[in-house]
Amino acid sequence: MSDPNNKPGLLQVLENLKNLPANAKASFSRRGPADGSRRTRAQTVFNNVFMHIHTVRIHRWSLKPTFTFGLGVASAASFIILAVTGIALMIYYEPSTTGAYESVKNITFVVPGGRLIRNVHRWAAYMMVVTVFLHMIRVFYTNSYKKPREFNWVLGVILFVLTLALSFTGYCLPWDQLAYWAITIGANIAGSPVEVTDALGVTHLVDVGAMQKELMLGSKFVGGPALLRFYWAHCILLPVAMIVLILAHVWRVRKDGGLSRPSDITDEDLKGTPIEELAEEAFSEKSRKSYGLMCVVRNKTAAVDRGPERTVMSWPHLFNAEMLIFAVLLVVLLILGLLVDAPLKELANPSVPENPAKAPWYFLAMQEIISYSAFCGGMVMPGLTVVFLMGIPFLDREEGDSGRWFVGDGVKRTTIKTTIVSSIVIIGMLAFTVTFGWLRNWFPDINQIWITIVNPGTVLMSFFVVIAFAVIAKTRSTRLGMTVLFTYFLVSFVILTYFALVHRGPNWDFYWWPSLWPTH
Amino acid sequence: MDSEEKKSDSGDRRDFVGKCAAGAFVGAVGLAAAGSLCGLKPSVLPDPSEQFKIGSGQDFPVGSVKVFEKENVAVFSEPDGLYAISLVCTHLGCIVSLNAKEGQFDCPCHGSRFTLKGKVTRAPAPKPLPWFKITAQPSGALMVDKGISVESGTKVVV
Ligand code: HEM
Ligand code: FES
Repeated sequence: MSDPNNKPGLLQVLENLKNLPANAKASFSRRGPADGSRRTRAQTVFNNVFMHIHTVRIHRWSLKPTFTFGLGVASAASFIILAVTGIALMIYYEPSTTGAYESVKNITFVVPGGRLIRNVHRWAAYMMVVTVFLHMIRVFYTNSYKKPREFNWVLGVILFVLTLALSFTGYCLPWDQLAYWAITIGANIAGSPVEVTDALGVTHLVDVGAMQKELMLGSKFVGGPALLRFYWAHCILLPVAMIVLILAHVWRVRKDGGLSRPSDITDEDLKGTPIEELAEEAFSEKSRKSYGLMCVVRNKTAAVDRGPERTVMSWPHLFNAEMLIFAVLLVVLLILGLLVDAPLKELANPSVPENPAKAPWYFLAMQEIISYSAFCGGMVMPGLTVVFLMGIPFLDREEGDSGRWFVGDGVKRTTIKTTIVSSIVIIGMLAFTVTFGWLRNWFPDINQIWITIVNPGTVLMSFFVVIAFAVIAKTRSTRLGMTVLFTYFLVSFVILTYFALVHRGPNWDFYWWPSLWPTH
Repeated sequence: MDSEEKKSDSGDRRDFVGKCAAGAFVGAVGLAAAGSLCGLKPSVLPDPSEQFKIGSGQDFPVGSVKVFEKENVAVFSEPDGLYAISLVCTHLGCIVSLNAKEGQFDCPCHGSRFTLKGKVTRAPAPKPLPWFKITAQPSGALMVDKGISVESGTKVVV
C-alpha cells in the first residue's frame, strides 16, 4: 500500500531511520516527548506497569526518612540484587552431592568475578533478613498495622517467613559441612513430632514426623534427592512466591491509602522532605481518567477528596528516594563483597559434625531453644510466634493515631519497661539453666513429654503471655498488651542470638568467651 | 405461585448452577493438585542398604570398641557379648563422639550426653541411642543391620 505523504523511494526509508530513536522511545514510554508538565509526569507513572504500582502523587510524610528509614524499599532492593546475582550463580552451580562443592569452589576461585558475585549474594541475603526484620519493627512501633492495613501486615509476616526460608535453603546449597548439618538438623526438626507420637505411643499408627521428613528429603536420609529439592525450592518455588507476594504487598500499600500518617502533621514535621510549588495545572483539568476510576475503589485512596496539599509528584521525588536507597545498598554490599569472603567450610562429611555445629546467625535463637526440646523449640514455638505475629492486627483493634514512632498513651513506657524486665528475666533463666540444668538432669528417667511441655523456652513465653494479659486487664489497652509481647519477642530474639553466638562452645557448653574453647 | 416466589426460585436455581460450576472447578483443580503432589513422595526411596559387615569374632577382643565411621555405628565387646550402638543423636541427627575419658557419648550440636549403653544423661535428646541387630553368617562373618533395632541390653555372644 502506498502512503501519499511518503517521499519517493529510499528517501523515506532514510527519513524513517533518522526518526527511529524518537519513535522507539515514544513507543516504549507510550507517550510523546516529555514536556515536564505534571500531566506528562503523571503519565510516566501510570503508563508503565512497573511504575504504576506507585501512586501519581505521594504525601510528603511518606518521604520523611525518620519515619520509614526506607526499610521496605531496602528489603525490595536486596531482593532484586539477590535475584540478579543468583541468576548469575546458577550458570555454574551444580546441584548434586558430587558436584556442588566443586562448583562453588570454581565460582570462587576460577570464574572471573565469581567470587564477588557469590559474596554479594551472601551479604545481600544477610542484609535482607536484617532489613525485613527492622521493617517489621518500624511498622509495629509506628502502629501502622491498624485497619485497613491488617491484611498487609499478614502478607508481611508471610514475606518474613519466606525470607528466612530462602536464606535457609540457599545456605544448604554449597554442600559443605555447614550445609550438610543444617539440612540434617532441619530435616530432623521436620521429623520431631515423633517426640509427641512416641510419648503417646502412636508412632506406629501415624508417624507424622517421618512423613514430613521424607517429604523434605525425598528419601529417609540426607543426600542427593534432598539437595535437589532444596535447589528447586531456592531457585524456583520460593522466589516466585516472593515476587508474587511482594507485588501484592506493595500494591496493598497503595490501595490502603499510601503509608500510614498521623492526623496532626505540622509543617515542622515535614521539614527536609521535598516540596513543590502548588500549580493549578494538574488538578484544574480534573484528570478524568485516573481520579475518576479511583472513586470506584473502596476505602481511602491517596489524594482522593483531599486535594494536593502536602503531596508531591511521585515522579521524580519518590523515584529519587528509591534510587538513592538502592544505590547506597548496592555500594555497601559491593564494599562488603570485596572485603569479606562468604564462608565455605570443608566438604560435607556425614561422619563428623562440626563442633560446635552452629546455624547461621539468624537461626541461632531458634537453635538455643531447640537445645531444650526439638519439637517444642523447632516447631511449636516458632509456629506460635508466626501465628501470634499474624494475629496482632486482629487481637488489637484499637483505633488510634498511627504513623509516628511509639504513638499512643504509654506505648513508649511499656516498651522500655518490657525491654528491661524481659532482659533481666531471660538472662536470669539462661543463667539458671546453665548452672542447674533442667528436668533431665534432675530426673534422668522422666518421660520426654514433660520436657517438651515444660522447658525454659515455654516457661519464658508463658510468663510474658501472663504479663501481657495483666497489662491488658489493668490498662484496658490491647495495644499495650501487644507491645509487651512484641517487645519480649524482639528482646528474646536478640539475647538468645547473642548468647548462642558468643557463649555456646563445643558440645553446646557454656563458655565466657570463644577464646576459652578447648583445642583438640 | 406469586411472582415474588418465582424470582427467588430462579435465583436459587442460578445459585445452584453457580455453586455446581464453582464446585466442579475446585474439585478438578484440587484433584489435579493432589495427584501431582503424590509425585513428591517417590514410591521407591533411593536409600542405600542398611546392612554392613563388621569382621569376625577375633576382631573384637573383650574390652575393645570399634567405631565404624562411614556407618555411624560403634561396636563394643564385653565379657558377656557384643553390642552395636547407633552414633546418630536421637535429638536432631548429629553424630555423637565417643568420649573415652569420661566414658560417655557427647553430641556437638546441642549438648546431649549418653552413657556408653546409650541412656540419655543430658537433654535435649528424647530417647536413648538405639542398639542394632548383629548376626553371624555361616562363614563366621558378622553383620550389623541398621534397619533392625533390638532391645537395649541384648548382646550377642560369638
Ligand atoms: C520481603 C519482605 C518485605 C518487603 C520487600 C516489603 C516492602 C514494603 C514496602 C516497599 C513498603 C512501603 C513503605 C516502607 O518502605 O516502609 C512496605 C510497607 C508495609 N509493610 Fe512491608 N515489606 C516486607 C516485609 C514486611 C513484613 C515482615 C511486615 C510485617 C510483619 C510488613 C508489613 C508492612 C505494612 C503493614 C506496611 C504498610 C506500612 C504503613 O502503611 O505505614 N512488611 N513494605
Ligand atoms: S543433635 Fe544431638 S543434641 Fe541436638
